[in-house]
Amino acid sequence: MNLFYLIAFLSIVFSLLVIFSKNPVYSVLYLIITFFTFTIHYILLNAQFLAIVNFIVYMGAIMVLFLFVLMLLNLNEDSEPMKSNLIKIAGVVAGMCLLVTLIGSFKALGESNPLILQNPEIGLVKNLGKVLFNEFLLPFEISSILLLTAMVGAVLIAKRDIKKV
Amino acid sequence: MESITNSIQGVPLNHYILFCTIIFCIGVIGVLIRRNAIVIFMSVELMLNAVNLLLVAFSAYKGDASGQVFVFFVMALAAAEVAVGLAIIVMIYRNTNSTDINVLNRLKW
Repeated sequence: MNLFYLIAFLSIVFSLLVIFSKNPVYSVLYLIITFFTFTIHYILLNAQFLAIVNFIVYMGAIMVLFLFVLMLLNLNEDSEPMKSNLIKIAGVVAGMCLLVTLIGSFKALGESNPLILQNPEIGLVKNLGKVLFNEFLLPFEISSILLLTAMVGAVLIAKRDIKKV
Repeated sequence: MESITNSIQGVPLNHYILFCTIIFCIGVIGVLIRRNAIVIFMSVELMLNAVNLLLVAFSAYKGDASGQVFVFFVMALAAAEVAVGLAIIVMIYRNTNSTDINVLNRLKW
């Protein structure tokens, strides 16, 4: 039980560091640690398949993509555009207002039951695969088309215009 | 594995909701206060992850596997979104030599 609060505290601290660190490269590195704490959360909930997918897809693929683009564009602290302090304070106040509103509305729900894993087998690869390939077969196939179109679109957008050069 | 998952027993579902709300709002603040397009993208990733964790928590709470399958689809969507978004950022950098989103305020009209 205490482990959850420790990991939650770590995720909040590192996600704050993501948005407040000046250097974008440090932001990416803190984001990797934040995603690692999320992986630990998934393991705690016994969602082992999602923990592995989160580890591979987010910490592996997406973060490498971010870091690659960041290094390719040669961004560092000197070229980092910063907003004025007034806009920063206004942004933080607006975000806090959203937080207070949401928490206040959740307080109206009252005290909830403790989270008990009723069916601990649910997140294992075997059971999730059965659900994925029975009920969700069509969305699964459609998501493969989505990934294909995203790949084609990314290549098409990032390609240099031949006529221009 | 059994002892690890036992440690989650007794955490109220409300605390998961609060935790995910805080992470989501940190993402919103990040979108509002930063001007670098890549950092804004990272804040959007934070928001997506907060929602993912909440879906998994509710799925474990209800004992229903559909939530975890849905998180899997959200992750596939996030991967596609990041690929296209970073391609757009590379193109913007090529045209304007910066990733400052204020350069793009011409898009407003």
